[in-house]
Amino acid sequence: MFNYLLRRILYAVPILIGVNLITFALFFMVNTPDDMARLNLGNKRVTAEAIERWKVQHGYDKPLFVNPDAQGLGQVTDTLFVQKSLKLFTFDFEAGDDGRDIGREISHRMGPSMAVAIPTFFVGLLVYVSMALAFMLIRGGAAELWGLVALIAMMSISSLFFVIGGQFFVGKLWHWAPISGWGDGVSALKFILVPVLVGVLASVGESVRFYRTLFLEESGRDYVRTARAKGLSAGRVLFKHILRNSAIPILTGVVVVLPRLFLGSLIIESFFGIPGLGSYTIDAIQSQDFAVVRSMVFLGSFLYIVGLILTDLSYAVADPRVKLS
Amino acid sequence: MPLKIPCLKMASGPLYSAAMRNLFLLFFCTLLGCSGSLNDPNPVGLSSQNVLFKGYTERPKHLDPALSYTEPEWDLIGEIYEPPLHYHHLKRPLVLEPLTLTSMPKITHAGGKVVYEMTLKPGILYQPHPALAKDAKGELPYKNIRAEEVKAMQGFEDFKELGTRELVAADYVNQIKRLALPNLGKPAAVLSLMAEHIEGLDELAKKLAERFKKGEPIDLTQESLAGAQVVDKYTWRVTLVDEYPQFSYWLTTPFFAPVPPEADAFYALPGMAAHNFKLDWQPLGTSAFYLAHNDPNREMVLKKNPNFHEEFYPSEGNPGDAEAGFLKHAGKRLPMLDGVVLKLEKESAPFWNKFLQGYYELTPPSGKSREDSDSFDQAFRVTEEGQIDLSAEMEKRGVKLIDRTRMSIWYMGFNWLDPVVGGPQNKALRQAISIALDWDEFISIFLNGSGQASQGPVPPGMFGYVGGEKGVNPVVSRWNAQRQRAEHRSLDEAKKLLAQAGYPNGRNAKTGEILTLYFDSGNGGPEYKSRFDWYRAQFAKLGIELVIRVNDYNRFQDKVQKGSAQIFEWGWNADYPDPENFLFLLYGPNSRKEFGGENTVNYKNPEVDRLFVQMKSMPNGPERQAVMDRMVSLIREDAPWAFAYHDKRYGLRMGWVDPMRPNPMTHDLLKYTSLEPAGRLAYQAQWNRPLLWPLALVAALVLGLALLVRKVWRGRQNQTAVEVPHV
Repeated sequence: MFNYLLRRILYAVPILIGVNLITFALFFMVNTPDDMARLNLGNKRVTAEAIERWKVQHGYDKPLFVNPDAQGLGQVTDTLFVQKSLKLFTFDFEAGDDGRDIGREISHRMGPSMAVAIPTFFVGLLVYVSMALAFMLIRGGAAELWGLVALIAMMSISSLFFVIGGQFFVGKLWHWAPISGWGDGVSALKFILVPVLVGVLASVGESVRFYRTLFLEESGRDYVRTARAKGLSAGRVLFKHILRNSAIPILTGVVVVLPRLFLGSLIIESFFGIPGLGSYTIDAIQSQDFAVVRSMVFLGSFLYIVGLILTDLSYAVADPRVKLS
Repeated sequence: MPLKIPCLKMASGPLYSAAMRNLFLLFFCTLLGCSGSLNDPNPVGLSSQNVLFKGYTERPKHLDPALSYTEPEWDLIGEIYEPPLHYHHLKRPLVLEPLTLTSMPKITHAGGKVVYEMTLKPGILYQPHPALAKDAKGELPYKNIRAEEVKAMQGFEDFKELGTRELVAADYVNQIKRLALPNLGKPAAVLSLMAEHIEGLDELAKKLAERFKKGEPIDLTQESLAGAQVVDKYTWRVTLVDEYPQFSYWLTTPFFAPVPPEADAFYALPGMAAHNFKLDWQPLGTSAFYLAHNDPNREMVLKKNPNFHEEFYPSEGNPGDAEAGFLKHAGKRLPMLDGVVLKLEKESAPFWNKFLQGYYELTPPSGKSREDSDSFDQAFRVTEEGQIDLSAEMEKRGVKLIDRTRMSIWYMGFNWLDPVVGGPQNKALRQAISIALDWDEFISIFLNGSGQASQGPVPPGMFGYVGGEKGVNPVVSRWNAQRQRAEHRSLDEAKKLLAQAGYPNGRNAKTGEILTLYFDSGNGGPEYKSRFDWYRAQFAKLGIELVIRVNDYNRFQDKVQKGSAQIFEWGWNADYPDPENFLFLLYGPNSRKEFGGENTVNYKNPEVDRLFVQMKSMPNGPERQAVMDRMVSLIREDAPWAFAYHDKRYGLRMGWVDPMRPNPMTHDLLKYTSLEPAGRLAYQAQWNRPLLWPLALVAALVLGLALLVRKVWRGRQNQTAVEVPHV
């Protein structure tokens, strides 16, 4: 397993370099440092001199890949690519356009992101699996048909609708919880209520259908027929056998997203005023703060790779038949 | 944490008993830690205090007075820093007056230079701040702090040793030098402008930039600047190399607020910048408030500065101010609030709803666009006279209107360098298009009616603006005496001008081809599609085909910079209440392509340029007015801009907040603001009663579905037919 793990980690390096190269090309070749400076300096009194000064202060006055003015190794290291892109591998994210240290911002904002994402994830998992099991119980009848119609309808609705609906009904009309905002410690609970509800509801359609499909596939297996032939009740077969054997595909879907819970949700955080990493990314995109966007893209791809490796490991843990080599 | 259950009033209904309601509330309150309404986003008990709750839609990016230049930034640091001058809070037109000075600057002229001598009021103290703390030896207790110690701190509040000192002239001089600093993260926004005027500033900036490039340390206390000199403890002089009367207005901005050298030294200590401890985020000022908590992604808290010097609410204003309640607090010591809680609220819908729930007391200015049209329609109504007034619903809630109009102009620019629409030879074409553009219709469709069609480059409220019949732009409009308003000339007149320009019926007289023009925009969102359709329709009235080219904002800026955009829309908000700040937008030596200035259309008329140079140094009066009238007349004739509109903007305040008069030029409004917390509590209780029947409905629905599943499943279990169970 160690060899496998090592190999996967080594595979991750070229993937991350590739992601880095693409983002570098997008940020520095398509969108030039002059463009960044102009956006950052605002609309008024932006002179060519001010743009030059901004580039110098941010280190964007360096050449892209080779610096002929530098000496020795500096010709390669004193360049935009190494200073702004490769440096990310050391998790040195520098400062955003607002001068704040990105690494510190990320560590601050991870908490609120996880405070919403983790309950949404686990409550969602519980609800979706329970509903999928309920669908198995009523399989084949009119109730299932109408239930599926409802699920497909929910899948077709944009998540924005749930956000706006949640704020309108729960916050504005019924006054159960604040429409948006954030609080410290326990007081954060009241701000989490609606985002979690919306987060869970927004994925009900696709998630319940996904888990239902898993259970359906499992229910056609020989061991299910054997269990039924032995005289076990449908409920016992469902909960004791089918659910247990569906654990591996469920695990696949679950573990891969775990690391990404750190990154939060772009839409939910933005609409509910949650000061997490999702809203951080959205803000950075809107204000074209490329230092932040670059860092978040790198972090996102890094966590995605971590998620994939964890998934492979979880297979081996959950199913003794799987051997990683 | 005390529970105040009785203050929660419930919607009564036959479904619930009182006991059940209280049980529900107890559960919710225990879970959510609330004491007021369930949806109260503020901490327990804060609503009953003398604090104001205000939202902000865009977080400030810079709080360093050398760097900040946007409205959200100035709105915040305007409450913290004190420049030498400010505008009288109530008087209109705006009147400059000393803020920290004993009197207005003494201005002398010698050898082509202009010297501003300013003397401070003694006894002004800074807010408590660790940078000014002193130990028993009179030294900074944190001078030997290590980066690890800084890193271990949770927040700026962890600096327990605080201190203060008296404001001195050297602090103002230090800030002027700071404008030249190359290591602030970005150049000071006014450096290029001020380097042209303040003696030696350009040289200092270049010298420091060289040092920065070489990695050498920079210590401003070792640098001298000829244009900013300390005379004595309370007096300093600023020397300008040329006549620049508008400099007095710049003395009201944070660019010229004092920064003690101790602040720079403190924030230069190891580990500070990496921990986001910098002047850009932890300001140090002398004004009525200080920044007690700074988490701009969520919330910022201003608290009353305990060291704030004596300053009183003005006792005089404009006629009618007493009746309107503006003088209610005349002579009271400022500030009247104990603090201000500012919360980030990026989305307009939650902002508006929280305002209606009483959790914000002020709304941001509305009326700019349709983006906030839902709340606009709910908040305002247009009277028969075309004026904006409060809707019946707002009146029922006790909400009050605030006029937040600022001096601004929007225009459609014709690039003077373009061979088709630019230069003196294409004047008739530009005039024809200007007539065809019906800006009144635009205002009605796209601005909720909150704007005024523009007749010239100077906005209302500014010296030199002429309204009524005399102010009509005769090239484009004529005065309708019956309706008492300017109306556009007829399309026939526009078509005649078009024919005169060589395009009868919109076709080239020589080739017969349809005249095609190009409009560049830096905005391409869906909300702009209807605007573009409107533009096309206006040009189509003359038979001209308008091609819209939507660019990303960078590309658009680049095109304007290179002078390759043919027609485009642009706007300008006043920096200061002087017409020079608008007329310089059409001054030849300010052309964007050649000099990188704010003359985006690159307009050039030697006579206009000569008149501009003449008017910019003149005091307001009939002579200046005459020069401006001549200048405006030439500009109207040349039509480098199709004058579009001046924004009108409105805000709302809750009834328990006393009347306020926002000033578009300064940003210390909170100092003059007061409120009645009891009114807020009553309103919040009245408008936030929780409805519980939907909860029962949802519970019943879930239960019903569960029972249905159970019933179907049981049915299957007990089935006696031969059908094989599905599971």
